[in-house]
Amino acid sequence: MSKSKWSRGVAVVGAGMSRFGAFPDKTSRDLFVEAFKDLNKNMDKALDPKKIEAFYLGNFSSDQFEKQAHLAPILASWLGLSPISAVRVEDACASGGVAIRQAALAIASGEYDVVLVGGLEKMTDLRISEVTEALGTAADTQFEIPAGFTFPGFYAAMATAYLHEYGADRNAFFDVAIKNHKNGALNDKAQFEQTIEQIMEDKKARAVQKGRPEPTWKTDLEFLQDPKGNPNVAWPMTLFDCSPVSDGAAMALLVSEDLAKQFSHHPIYLIGSGQASDGALPERATLSSIPAAEKAGKQAYEMAGLTPDDIDLAEVHDCFTVAEIMASEDLGFFPRGEGWKAAMEGKTARDGEHPINTSGGLKAKGHPVGASGVGQVVEIWKQLNGLAGERQLPNAPKIGLTHNVGGSGQTCVVNIFERRD
Amino acid sequence: MNDYALVNKEFFRALEAGELIGSKCLDCGEFSIPQREICPFCHSTNIEVVTFSGKGKLVAYTVISVPPVKMAQAGYDSKNPYCVGIVELAEGPRISAQILEMDLAHPEAIAIGTELVMTTIQREEDGVQKAYLAFKPA
Repeated sequence: MSKSKWSRGVAVVGAGMSRFGAFPDKTSRDLFVEAFKDLNKNMDKALDPKKIEAFYLGNFSSDQFEKQAHLAPILASWLGLSPISAVRVEDACASGGVAIRQAALAIASGEYDVVLVGGLEKMTDLRISEVTEALGTAADTQFEIPAGFTFPGFYAAMATAYLHEYGADRNAFFDVAIKNHKNGALNDKAQFEQTIEQIMEDKKARAVQKGRPEPTWKTDLEFLQDPKGNPNVAWPMTLFDCSPVSDGAAMALLVSEDLAKQFSHHPIYLIGSGQASDGALPERATLSSIPAAEKAGKQAYEMAGLTPDDIDLAEVHDCFTVAEIMASEDLGFFPRGEGWKAAMEGKTARDGEHPINTSGGLKAKGHPVGASGVGQVVEIWKQLNGLAGERQLPNAPKIGLTHNVGGSGQTCVVNIFERRD
Repeated sequence: MNDYALVNKEFFRALEAGELIGSKCLDCGEFSIPQREICPFCHSTNIEVVTFSGKGKLVAYTVISVPPVKMAQAGYDSKNPYCVGIVELAEGPRISAQILEMDLAHPEAIAIGTELVMTTIQREEDGVQKAYLAFKPA
């Protein structure tokens, strides 16, 4: 039984995104317009922008990445939406998912009927060390960063705790990367529209072209296990365990449930939502899971009146491969300590019992941090409406879940969506 | 008791003196590092600053080859990686720190549970030498 305390229901009536990737010739506004045009193209009834009453933007740090703060009113103006309320929401890499939740709460309260949610980040204009520094401000900059931690480092530390606690096989992390790249290869919005096998073959061909000896990798796993092909970033997280640095924008249009059919013949409904916070990594009782994710998930399941087995697909926050495995346990798809085995057994693949990250995830689709949580909703909206093309799940999925994490788990937001016939 | 105040910056003043400080809640008995003016466990403000023994054990770690700007300035890179981890103090609370004297060529052999003792490492930041928290094998 649903236990929603919201005054009224909320529906998603349209979703769209720019391509994710590295776009030195575009600014964040260009990407934002690209996402808005994609949303309009995807809507089955034409959207009158005058009906939009408020705008929520998920954005981590345009201040650092673009030297531009106060981005929400600028983007609202860029779409011709002024003078509507325009709010930027910042919860690190969970900014997008939190923006979705804040917009939904604003509709549920009765204040607004029609709200546009955007997610945006333009990260690739900075050098990689500067990006690392900027992302580091999402951690505790007094006590964690001066120790030498980086974001790959936080998740790597959690990975060592996970490997130690469960005697897990490190190759499970590589299997997550291989699976997500297989999905991303079928997504024309993905930064890496390529399998790891294709990337490996490209590297071999380039070596031959340059007159170097051809690397001897026979399989994608062999390639990932070789530090020459896949160097260390923060052991045990290698380059291919990490999501990329990305530019991109994503968007969703949320309306009150009673208006949904006016905007779309095929809305999906936001039936569960939860959010939780936590202290820095050393303050947590466990390092092999993310407690805020478990709490946010429980709130969302309870509100929806569902259990983990009711979820047909999930887009989870795989900023690093170990994060997807922990998420698969935090969300209750697998028991504690079993997520790594499930990944190795293919249970999270598109034809598995709990499909995860059919879009390619942050790993292959890209991770423009403020956009990622909204990008997850774009994938759920497509999959529930049968619009996911080659990567479409069979058997008409009805329930989709998004799981968006900020920092090393200081924020987690979980949203559950339903298609109704 | 020592003469450190509860404010955040005192943690770094103590570090320069080679001391590791935190706080103890006089109501519930829980320790915190860094020190807190409000106990995060019972919300009491009946708190005193304590000096920790500096003994602890490793509970999680990583070996970083792609450092942030400041660690790169200190000379770390893919050919000269460093270990950073989370240490559980003998008194209970945990803290992030650089971990010294580990076999960085074989990160898989670094053992969770290794007994450690507190030290400091000098790094130059914006032209100024500062003491940073570190641990090494006991």
